[in-house]
Amino acid sequence: MGYIEEKVSPGLWALAWRRLKSDRTAMVAMVIVGLYFLILAASATGLIASDWDAEVGVNYAPPSFIGAQAGGVSATAEEAPPPENPLDPLKDIIRELRGGANAAPVDMYGVTDPLEKEMSEIRAQLGNTAAKAAERKATLPFGADKWGHDVIKKTIKGAETSIIVGVVAAFLATLLGTVLGALSGYYGGWVDDVLNWFYNIFTSVPYLLLILAVAAVLQQKGVTTIVLILALTGWTGTYRLIRAEYLKHKSREYVWAADAIGASDWRKMFNHIFPNVSHVALVQISILVVAFIKSEVILSFLGFGVPVGVVSWGSMLNEAQNELILGKWWQLTAATVAMAVLVTAFSMFTDALRDALDPKLK
Amino acid sequence: MNANPLLQVRNLRVSFKTDKKHSVEAVKNVSFDIPRNATVALVGESGSGKSVSSLATMGLLPPETAIVDPGSRIEFEGRNLLDLSADARRALCGKEISMIFQEPMTSLNPVFTVGYQLCEVLMLHMGMSGKEARSRAIELLREVGIPEPERKIDAYPSQMSGGQQQRVMIAMAIACEPKLLIADEPTTALDVTIQKQILDLIADLQKRHQMSVLFITHDLALVGEIADHVIVMRNGEVREAGEVRQIFEAPRDAYTKALLRCRPTIDSRPLRLPVIDDYMNGHVEPPATHQQRSRGLTGREDIVLEVRNLGKSFYSREGLFGKKEFKAVKDVSFKLARGKTLGVVGESGSGKTTVGLTLLRLHKATQGQALFEGKDILSMSDKEFMDYKRRIQIIFQNPYASLNPRFTIGQILMEPMRIHHIGANDDERAGMAHQLLKRVGLPPVSFGRYPHEFSGGQRQRIAIARCLTLKPEVLVCDESVSALDVSVQAQVLNLLQELQEEYGMSYIFISHDLAVVKYISDQVMVMHNGEVVEMANSDELYRDPKHSYTRTLLGAIPKAIFP
Repeated sequence: MGYIEEKVSPGLWALAWRRLKSDRTAMVAMVIVGLYFLILAASATGLIASDWDAEVGVNYAPPSFIGAQAGGVSATAEEAPPPENPLDPLKDIIRELRGGANAAPVDMYGVTDPLEKEMSEIRAQLGNTAAKAAERKATLPFGADKWGHDVIKKTIKGAETSIIVGVVAAFLATLLGTVLGALSGYYGGWVDDVLNWFYNIFTSVPYLLLILAVAAVLQQKGVTTIVLILALTGWTGTYRLIRAEYLKHKSREYVWAADAIGASDWRKMFNHIFPNVSHVALVQISILVVAFIKSEVILSFLGFGVPVGVVSWGSMLNEAQNELILGKWWQLTAATVAMAVLVTAFSMFTDALRDALDPKLK
Repeated sequence: MNANPLLQVRNLRVSFKTDKKHSVEAVKNVSFDIPRNATVALVGESGSGKSVSSLATMGLLPPETAIVDPGSRIEFEGRNLLDLSADARRALCGKEISMIFQEPMTSLNPVFTVGYQLCEVLMLHMGMSGKEARSRAIELLREVGIPEPERKIDAYPSQMSGGQQQRVMIAMAIACEPKLLIADEPTTALDVTIQKQILDLIADLQKRHQMSVLFITHDLALVGEIADHVIVMRNGEVREAGEVRQIFEAPRDAYTKALLRCRPTIDSRPLRLPVIDDYMNGHVEPPATHQQRSRGLTGREDIVLEVRNLGKSFYSREGLFGKKEFKAVKDVSFKLARGKTLGVVGESGSGKTTVGLTLLRLHKATQGQALFEGKDILSMSDKEFMDYKRRIQIIFQNPYASLNPRFTIGQILMEPMRIHHIGANDDERAGMAHQLLKRVGLPPVSFGRYPHEFSGGQRQRIAIARCLTLKPEVLVCDESVSALDVSVQAQVLNLLQELQEEYGMSYIFISHDLAVVKYISDQVMVMHNGEVVEMANSDELYRDPKHSYTRTLLGAIPKAIFP
C-alpha cells in the first residue's frame, strides 16, 4: 500500500495490550494459561505423555511426592506362590505343574510334546510379562490409577482433550452466536423474530435435558460430539449480547455514513460494526472456554463424555468417584487441581482482558 | 466590584490525573467574584475550564482524579468551601448554593414523580412535613411556570417536555431559597423558543428572590440580555472580566473580540467569517470579513434536485396487531438550485432531519418523489441508486459518532473510493486522500491516526473530506456545525463556503440555528411539526417573515448588544 504507513497510531488492540501489560495479575494469569497451552501443544504433538496408557506403576500406586511409602500391596508379594498345603491331596500334581517350566520336555507317558517349541515361546513371553510386572514401580510421584497409569501423564493427556474441547466448542459457540446475533440485530423484523423464537426455545429447555437431547440425536460418543453438543447449546448468551450491540450500533451515525457512501449490508455488518463489538465476542469466547471445560467434566462424569480409551479431566473424575471409596484420592486431586488452576487463571485473564478492551477508546 | 461579594474565588487551580504520573491542568490560577444579587456569566468554549470551576465550587469534582491545589480558595460569605468537611459542605451546597445542569432529561430520576423529587429536597433541607412540602412544591411549580401544577406534581419526568423538565429542575434548585444558583449550560439542550423562556425565567427569579446567579455558557451572545458581569475564559485562564456593556461594546481582549465577531449574525453576511486566529496573533482582520456576500435565487437557476410531496410516517406497535402512525414529514416540496444552498430550520421534532435522511434513502419515504435531474431517486431500485449515492452525500451532526472509531482516517477516506471504484489502485487512492486532507486543512500525519485523536472540528473536516472523495453534487449538512464551538464553527462554515465555490456543490443545510442558516443559505425553508410553514429567499425571510411561527423563531434569537 505504498506510502500510507507513514505513521499509524496505535489501534485499539495495541492500546489494550499496553493496558494489559501494566496489570500484574493479568500477566501472571496469562503466563499460567500460556504454560497450559505449551503443555497442550507438546502433548498433542506426542512430545510428552504419549505413553500415558503404559502401565508403569502398580495398581493404585500411591503418590510419592508427599512422602508415601509403598504400602502393603507390592507386585512381588502378589506374584509369589502361596505356600504349599501339606494336606492337599493334589499337592504332588501342583508341584509337578509348578515345576513344569523347568521339567524335561517328556511328559509322564514318555511322549515328546509336539507343541514343545510353541509352548516354550509362550512360556518365555509369560515369563517376560511376569518380569515386566515385577518392574512396575510401587510408587509414582503423583500416583497411579486402577490400571497403574501414571496420573501426571494422564492429567496432561486429559488436559489435551479438555482444553481442546473447551476452546473449539467456545469458538464455535461464539461464532454461531455472533453471526446469528449480528443477523438478528442488524436486520430486525422477521429475521429477528425467527431467531428470537429459536433463542427462546433453546433457553427455555433445561440445560442438561438439552444436552441429553443433542447427545441422543448425534448417537455416537467422541470428542467431536461433545464439541458439537456444547457449541449447539452454548451460543445463546453470545447471541443475546451481540444482538443488543448490533441493535445499538446499527443506528449510529457512522453506520449511516457507511450506508450513504454505498457500503453493502455485509460490509456494514462485518467491516464497520463488528470491529466495534468484537470485544464482546472475545470476552464471550474466554468466558465460554472456562464454562465448557467445566461442562466437559460434567458431561464425562455423567457418562456422555469422551469414549473409553480417551482420557479427559472429566473421565478422570468419573473414575475417581469409585476410587474415592477405596481411599485412592490422587487421581481426583490431580484432575481437580489442574482444572482449578487453569480455570482461575483463565477467568482472571478474562476479567483483565475485559477491562483492557473497554469500548470507550481512551 | 462589590466590597463584600457573595462568592470569592481566588487562585483556583485544578488538575486532572491522566494516569499514574501525568496530570493536566484544567484551571490555571483563576480568580473571580460573584457579587450579591447579580448575574455573572462565565463564558468559554469547550476545554476552557468553566464547568470545572463551577463543579469545584459545588464540590462535585471526581475525588479519584481531580486535584485542587491547596493554595486555592473558594470563599462563600467568608468561609472557605475547600476547608469544610464533606458533611458541612453538603449541607451548604443543597441549601445555600444550588445547581442546574445542561440535560434535564438525565438530571431527573425517571422512576419518581416530579412532586416526590421536589418534596424530598424540601423535607431534607427545610425540615418540612410531607403535607407542607407538597403544598410548597405546587407553589414552586406554579412559580416556574408549569401549567396546572396540582395535576403535574404527580407526573413522571417522561410525561413532560424538555422545557418543562428544565423548569422542574429550576424549581428544585430554588426550593431552598439559595443565595447562589449555578446554571451550567441550562439551555443548550433546548430549542430556541424554549431557551428564550428559560432565560427569562432565570432572570425573573433572580430579581424576585434577590439571589446571585452564576450562568455558565459557551455562547457569548446568549448572556447579553441576562448577565450583569461577564467573565471570559479560555484554556483554564480568565481572559477578560468586566461589566456586560463593557464586554460587548469595548472588549479589550483579542479573544473576546474574536468570540463576538466569529459567530454569524442575522444582520451581516461577510464573504468570510472571522476566526480566532485572525485576532489572536495580532493579525489584521482580512478584508473578506468586511465585504458582504449577496445571496438569494433569481428563479433562473438550474435545478439539480426537486422534491415533490415528500412524506414520511413512523409506525409504533400498539397492542398485538394495531399500529399507530406518526407523520414526521408531511407533504414537503422544494427545489434545490445547482451551486446554491437551501437552509432548513425548525425546532426538534419539526421533521427537518427526517427530510435529509429520506433523501439519502437512510429512511424509506412513505410518499412523494425526489427528482434528481428528472429521475426519481426514491422509487428506483437499490442497484440503480448506487450511482446516485456518489452524487448525494451527507454530513452528520455529531462528529464523534459519524466516524467509525476502529478505522484510521486513511481507511475512512479510502473506503468510499474502493466501493465506487474511484482510483486505479490503493496507492492512487491514498494519494487522493492525502490531497483531500490537505484541502480540508489537516496535516498528512492524520492519515494513520484514529478518530479519537482529533477534536470535534477536525473530525467534522474528516467527515467533509469523506464526502468529497465522491465529488457529490448535493451535500446534506444535518446540523453539521451545531455541536462545534463558536470559533470552530466559523472555520467549518468558511470551509463549506469555499468548497461550494470550488466544486459547485448544492447544499441542503439543516440547522436549528437561525443565524447560521441565514449566513450560509440562499433560500430558507421553515419547518414546524413536519410541515413547511414558510419558504423564501433568505434575506427576504429574515426581513419580512410572513408566518407567525417564523416570527416566533426570529424573536427568540438572543439579541446581544453589539459594537
